[in-house]
Amino acid sequence: MVETGVIADLRRFLYRSIYEPLRIIVRDKKALAGLIILLFFLLMATIGPEVIPLDMRTNFAERFKPPSREHPLGTDYGGRDVLAMIVHGSRDVLSVAFLAALFTSLIAISVGMTAGLKGGMTDMILNLATNAVLSVPSFPVMLILGSVFKVTNAVTFGLVLSIWSWGPLARAVRSQVLSLKEREFIEAARVMGLSTFHIVFRELLPNVMPYVAINFIDTMRAAIGASVGLMFLGLVPFSATNWGMMLNFAVRQAGAIYLPYAMCYVLSPMAAIMLLELGGVLFAHGLDAVLNPRLRS
Amino acid sequence: MLVILKRVGIALFTIFVIVSFTFFLIRNTPGDVMQAWAMDLVTAYGMTYEDALAMVKSWYGYEAEKPVLEQYIAYITGLLKGNLGKSFIYKVSVNEVLVKALPWTVFVISTSLLLSFAIGVLLGMAMAWKRESFLDPLVTAYASFTGATPDYITALILLIIFAVNLRWFPLKGAYDATINPGFTWEFIKSVLKHAALPIAAYTFEHAAGWALAMKGSAVSVLGEDYIMAARARGLKESRIMIFYMGRNAILPLVTSLAISLGGMVGGSVLIETVFNYPGIGWFFGEALVKRDLGLMQGLFLFLASSIIFANLAADILYSLLDPRIKLEG
Repeated sequence: MVETGVIADLRRFLYRSIYEPLRIIVRDKKALAGLIILLFFLLMATIGPEVIPLDMRTNFAERFKPPSREHPLGTDYGGRDVLAMIVHGSRDVLSVAFLAALFTSLIAISVGMTAGLKGGMTDMILNLATNAVLSVPSFPVMLILGSVFKVTNAVTFGLVLSIWSWGPLARAVRSQVLSLKEREFIEAARVMGLSTFHIVFRELLPNVMPYVAINFIDTMRAAIGASVGLMFLGLVPFSATNWGMMLNFAVRQAGAIYLPYAMCYVLSPMAAIMLLELGGVLFAHGLDAVLNPRLRS
Repeated sequence: MLVILKRVGIALFTIFVIVSFTFFLIRNTPGDVMQAWAMDLVTAYGMTYEDALAMVKSWYGYEAEKPVLEQYIAYITGLLKGNLGKSFIYKVSVNEVLVKALPWTVFVISTSLLLSFAIGVLLGMAMAWKRESFLDPLVTAYASFTGATPDYITALILLIIFAVNLRWFPLKGAYDATINPGFTWEFIKSVLKHAALPIAAYTFEHAAGWALAMKGSAVSVLGEDYIMAARARGLKESRIMIFYMGRNAILPLVTSLAISLGGMVGGSVLIETVFNYPGIGWFFGEALVKRDLGLMQGLFLFLASSIIFANLAADILYSLLDPRIKLEG
């Protein structure tokens, strides 16, 4: 007997979208490690700032202190607690990366879908644009945009990071749409006279989404690396607790790399970036296995 | 031949797009940059704000009263004559900065590209040849590590360990300023010592990617009939590995060379800044931080066009090396 009704729908949804993917990820040790790392940072960014208070007042008597019970990761050049800065910075780093990945995916899906569906002249022009974006490395472009625009919040920063990053995804979406277009179920939808809106959102998008989802994590990782790099260079100084800003102050302004007892202050933001990125790498591998059953061994 | 011409056309068009993009981007925004600059002059030299602003405007070659189109045409004509613009902080042309900085960047990046490619290809060949060896998990872990570590973090780690703490390598510069540049052993040694850490950073960051790409390519080559035929003919293992598997597996990697080069050039801004290495990346970083729009625009254009041409060259080279591949328009 097949269950019907809202409860059954909900159960089926939970089983298919939550339970099964989780089971696959938990069985894969690396993916599980990645998931735990990402959850750790997610907790840090959401409830961390409520638990650990941040005091940005300078207290030069306490500067460059090594780790102690009071300051588990030591203090910075102004005597402020490094742990509190890392925790408060994580919110900023994650939200910028999330917005960047969101904008990148939106641009890429629109460009790729339009090019694949419309074909002809539109496709040619969009293809030229994609080519231009692909053949110039994105980081220098982000640097220029970050230097020229006044970046004052996470949204504009996310835009700066995504304007030149959508090339690879747009190309992939386009080629997927091109091959999907020839498949029977799209043909059928057309013959049935369903609207383009229906075809795009109900038929094409669900098929493209798995790829976009994995790409989302990779784009977020790239955005973390790039945003921290931009801030490390001293561009877009809009948040003092961002890990890139901390690194900029520690390495380029306070000269903390030359002070052995301040090592923890320098290494903390570096370790935080590496750990967060590692979580992303490992989890993306696991997600690959969930969404591409053929990869499962 | 026609396909190659078309490719060249697309490359030139892309450069034209980049040129226009940066021109209008920068032309539309210098307002507050110039005001900030003028304020600096006011505090530094005690001149009036109007004088300072006029001076800054003349440095920028900023002529708001001229129509934009005229400025744009003047800029493009300048570019076609090989004039990349002027630097406002160094008060020289971008070309002069390039002449000074380019040799260092080319030296470091080409060495790193070759080194990481060679190491990666050897590792990948070994991994494909002996599956299930200790090498595979080791290189995979190494690849995860470099995948998770932005290149400037790798550079910082190397700097902290080998330059700051162990003091094996210098903290800045391209050579010891007390040594006269020339073709002497002393000078060459100094240059190598200063370039060692940047080269190590790029190579460490990029070798793992080559290893995985080479392994994948080599594994698929191993399934080909000509490998089996070579085995059946009783050829020596080493000969099959190098000339049959290696030579064929390396081909698809050639197109990735340009991508890797692009990644290195993009990363050079932060890496050269970390090591205070006076190449193009370092000057570009300075231009960005000090809002030297002229230098920024000129260097960016140079970097972008070199990468576009590198991509083009890699594509053409690939089609020449592997006659099975036809360039697609």
